[in-house]
Amino acid sequence: MNAVVTASGLSKRYKNTAALDNASFRIEAGRIVGLIGPNGAGKTTALKAILGLTDFQGELSVLGLDPRKQRNKLMEQVCFIADVAVLPRWIRVNEVVDFVANIHPRFDRKKCEAFLARTKLTPNQRVKQMSKGMIVQLHLALVMAIDARLLVLDEPTLGLDILYRKQFYQNLLEDYFDENKTIIVTTHQVEEVEHILTDLMFIRDGRIVLDADMDAVGERFAEVMVGADKAAEARQLKPLDERQVFGKSIFLFDGADRARLEALGEIRRPSVSDLFVATMKGTYA
Amino acid sequence: MKTFYWLVKREFWEHRGGFLWTPVITGGVFLLLNLMGIVASEVIGSQHGFHFMFNNNIHILDHALNSDDAARAGALMDMMMYSTTMIISIVLGFVVFFYCLGALYDDRRDRSLLFWKSLPLSDSATVLSKVVAGTLLAPLIAVVCGVITGIAMLLLFTITLSFHGVGAWHLLVYAHPFQVIANLVGSIPLYALWALPSVGWLLLCSAWARSKPFLWAAVLPVAVGMMLGWFNLMDGSFMGNGWYWRDVCGRILLSVFPGSWLGPDNFRTMGSGAEHTLDFLGLGNAYSVMSTPGFWIGALAGLALLAGAIWLRRWRDDT
Repeated sequence: MNAVVTASGLSKRYKNTAALDNASFRIEAGRIVGLIGPNGAGKTTALKAILGLTDFQGELSVLGLDPRKQRNKLMEQVCFIADVAVLPRWIRVNEVVDFVANIHPRFDRKKCEAFLARTKLTPNQRVKQMSKGMIVQLHLALVMAIDARLLVLDEPTLGLDILYRKQFYQNLLEDYFDENKTIIVTTHQVEEVEHILTDLMFIRDGRIVLDADMDAVGERFAEVMVGADKAAEARQLKPLDERQVFGKSIFLFDGADRARLEALGEIRRPSVSDLFVATMKGTYA
Repeated sequence: MKTFYWLVKREFWEHRGGFLWTPVITGGVFLLLNLMGIVASEVIGSQHGFHFMFNNNIHILDHALNSDDAARAGALMDMMMYSTTMIISIVLGFVVFFYCLGALYDDRRDRSLLFWKSLPLSDSATVLSKVVAGTLLAPLIAVVCGVITGIAMLLLFTITLSFHGVGAWHLLVYAHPFQVIANLVGSIPLYALWALPSVGWLLLCSAWARSKPFLWAAVLPVAVGMMLGWFNLMDGSFMGNGWYWRDVCGRILLSVFPGSWLGPDNFRTMGSGAEHTLDFLGLGNAYSVMSTPGFWIGALAGLALLAGAIWLRRWRDDT
């Protein structure tokens, strides 16, 4: 198989906390992977390891390269957007396009200009005169014009209003993503990405606690709304989580027998955010 | 090579204010002050009737000069072009000092490092582009601005003289603007090598400090010097540790100031007098500093510091 990222036994310690604790995972080509975890779970450290921005223990191969040693070569094939507003504040739109066009071998200037034409950005505008949403439009236009094999997004829509957030993911899906590209995205706005993800990875305390494609998630997890009369019976099936809505209980099951669940009540596919909350219970306690 | 050109260009874009506008404005202010001085002296002169300066002596300028006077007039005008460049050079020293101190720190602080690091740029090319921008590009712009200011000064004085009926235009041919330009441009490579220990040290601090790079860069060497002085005192030997202040502290902090390779000792060996000043400023004398071991030791130390800065740039992130 053509794995884009293969990690085994990835560990990284900051002074007294483990940011990554023996994490192992594989990411195949042509996937959109959501790396989701609470604050401080090690998401950003994992991304930085993939991008060769930080040292770590363990084995990691990205597009067949070692990000610690072959970073320059790797960055021709990898793009990343690390939250909003990391574009230098002094640079102008035409300067940054000129610069990237001249130093990046896989940058398509025409494409970038076409993307920019759809925005309100003007060539002489400086980044410091732009709103957060406009900065991310500029960054996205640059990144989408690069024919990279792996795109890493670290909280790309943090602090943007809903119009920009929707547009961001829509542009990525419509104008960028195809079977040769792979996207890894971390975000707290789970509801916005769950419909575009093909794979889901939960990370907690530096460990991967869930790694499955979305179809498998739908098969494995089930949410059942149960009346008060059958609640005790449901609890015997060891639900992951239980919450109350309008006098009924909603149970979340991991790998329970479908037939038995159907007898209890109506089965639904759980949302990623409910799954997340159930999995991460007690993280901050 | 193309990438490197664009990296240097990026430095120019970011620091247009320091590299271009600072020397231009310094030159402009200098010209303005001179113009104000001339106007003031004209006004005071006409009020009080002090005309002796122009009326009596200056008419010798109308006559054809003998070769000795011509040489002296030429030297005077060359000095004027040097002096404007020197003033701009002092300003350049400050610009380069703070440029180096911020070059690998500012983008970590505002996190734009993450953007630059998302591009296929090697860390050595990034650091070296900053060295080239600070030690070759910035001085070149300063020299151009300095010479233009100097020429403007000459024209200013000549026009003032012509208002008094003194035609000094023919004197301008005795100046050596091309020689001055060649001398100044020729000393830029010397400057780049001489400034290496400072540039290396400042870039190292810039890449290393998690906050307040100025404090690290300036306080650390001064504190070490004071410790050395203290130990010397304890030893009972009142031998100064002047070598440390001059050859270590001075070189890693102050070598970014152009002409700091010229010392008072050097001037004395050239014969001190005003008539030797131009020889003193000449390229031959400037490059004689290359025959001292301190020059090359400093340059090598600078390269080592730069290697350290490149390594730090590779592994330091925005935290």
